[in-house]
Amino acid sequence: MKFDEFGGMYVPEAMMAPLNELSDAYRSVAADSGFKDSLDEILGTYVGRPSMLYLAKNLSKAIGGAKIYLKREDLMHGGAHKINNTIAQALLAKRMGKTRLIAETGAGQHGVATAMAGALLGMDTEVYMGSLDVHRQRMNVFRMELLGAKVHPVDTGSRTLKDSINEAMRDWISSYENTHYVVGSVVGPHPYPEMVRDFQAVIGKEAREQIMECEGRLPDYAIACVGGGSNAMGMFYPFIGDDVKLIGVEAAGRGMDTKEHCASLTLGEKGVFHGMLTYILQENGGQIAGTHSISAGLDYPGVGPEHAFLKDSGRVEYVCATDKEALDAFMKLSRTEGIIPALESSHAVAHAMNVAGGLPKDDVVIVNLSGRGDKDLEIVMEALK
Amino acid sequence: MIERKPSLIPFITAGDPDLNKTLDFLKIMDRYADVIELGIPFSDPIADGKTIQMSSARALGSGTSMAGVLDVVSKFKEGSDTPIVVMTYYNLIYHMGLDSFLAMAKEKGVDGIIIVDLPLEESSEYRRLCEETGLKTIFLAAPNTSLERIRDIDEASTGFVYLVAHLGTTGERENIPASTLELLGKAKRICKRPVAVGFGVSSPTHVAQLAQAGADAIIVGSSIVKLIEEYGRDAGPYIDERLRSYEEAMKSRMEKV
Repeated sequence: MKFDEFGGMYVPEAMMAPLNELSDAYRSVAADSGFKDSLDEILGTYVGRPSMLYLAKNLSKAIGGAKIYLKREDLMHGGAHKINNTIAQALLAKRMGKTRLIAETGAGQHGVATAMAGALLGMDTEVYMGSLDVHRQRMNVFRMELLGAKVHPVDTGSRTLKDSINEAMRDWISSYENTHYVVGSVVGPHPYPEMVRDFQAVIGKEAREQIMECEGRLPDYAIACVGGGSNAMGMFYPFIGDDVKLIGVEAAGRGMDTKEHCASLTLGEKGVFHGMLTYILQENGGQIAGTHSISAGLDYPGVGPEHAFLKDSGRVEYVCATDKEALDAFMKLSRTEGIIPALESSHAVAHAMNVAGGLPKDDVVIVNLSGRGDKDLEIVMEALK
Repeated sequence: MIERKPSLIPFITAGDPDLNKTLDFLKIMDRYADVIELGIPFSDPIADGKTIQMSSARALGSGTSMAGVLDVVSKFKEGSDTPIVVMTYYNLIYHMGLDSFLAMAKEKGVDGIIIVDLPLEESSEYRRLCEETGLKTIFLAAPNTSLERIRDIDEASTGFVYLVAHLGTTGERENIPASTLELLGKAKRICKRPVAVGFGVSSPTHVAQLAQAGADAIIVGSSIVKLIEEYGRDAGPYIDERLRSYEEAMKSRMEKV
């Protein structure tokens, strides 16, 4: 299964057997109503689904253009959309007879969401996290530990998200017999990009129904931030066949003319990394480049292969927002609506404000508010100094 | 490319600590090696353990590039016929363009290629171009590879089959598991190509064990790279000594036969 030329299974031979096992298991549960029922029950009683679709009247008024709706993934258990995926993968792993979960994490949101799933379903959980991130996100490390997970600091490479994925893959190659690797985004080798998209597509499915209920029609725009791209894929996928403009917002960091960004789709080149062919930020003849974003969740040099496909096919437009624009949007949403967004989601809010400002009052823009900003308060405090 | 059995295939990362030194090390390795495996360093080597990760980082730190590595191969080849197999990750090749890379590798004297993260499923174009260029392909088989798949891997490999001795990453280990020796026996029965065993092979005892079990070639990497980690630019004599101990371990087996 590829997205045109993108995706694939570019992995060491020893990973082929576990990936094929996972593909088979995923195919079998995708067709199994019993699995769907168990998952829906947890999503309803534990995660807090459906998430609200909220008309941000004050923000819309302040911008003076289209109506801006927020899809409130920030209100899901754990404070982000990540749990939609971790619960589903943990349930699948349990069906496969696995007893241990491993995960990578950047800021810690996916690690926390995996630790929650592990605690709920009674599975051992170990999380790889770059030692730089361990230092920057001490509270999330403590959260994971409270939830019973073991956190392994990763000291190699840039000591951030990409290195934690490297280390989780290395663990999985030798541990897959009892271990499932819970990949946190629509990245990695097949079947992860497709599987994680399907588990996150609940976001777009709900949003589609909710907007039909509120407005009696589809939105003009759906906008989401893109790091690896799971919240965006989840929002976009159910709208792909509709006449809805879809926009993914990457992190321009300190600016697109610097090297300190992580705009893989906008400035990356095609390449092969973490098991997939996709757009990747590279330097010196194909070495993976260092990246920067104020939001750790977007700080990744690659991007999900389906986004690469949607970019090349022209179906989705990809743009960028800088650290500063994201911070401004963070402040604006906090002040106008009393909602503190995650810095990741703030990139989407920033671009939505630009778009909405130029549209007539009756137009409708949905923004995926993928997470809440409590985890970012220290970073914002620092940035505002 | 495997002529003597068992063959010794030592590995180092090109550019660790720098490319000039790599040429010196290659010449030392050439005293014992039947084939030399040369790693082209990549920033994110997911199949490698700590030792080769750090070695790759040192090599990249000294400014090692693909072109630089291939130049060293070319210089080495001026004085030796020993086959050189380069080992790397697919992105470096993809970035250069598969056909340009293969043409350049051939021109510089490379004999065979190992791409750690290019499994059979993604390899059809690569195999076709290698055949056209006259470069040998070497695919890996792991302890969890089915026998049916080992057959396909053998079919696709024109150089030799690289049998991974341990489920996991490269790096030194205490012993060779009995299951590996068993798998080697099975692979030997299935494969038409020579079977080389690597990953975790570090002591002369390991080498002797694998030779005894019928390996056509034995690949030693991390234990040599570790000498470079420890002694840096002065690692030459230590590499010589280590390879001699492997050679003797293999000979003692040959004498037994």
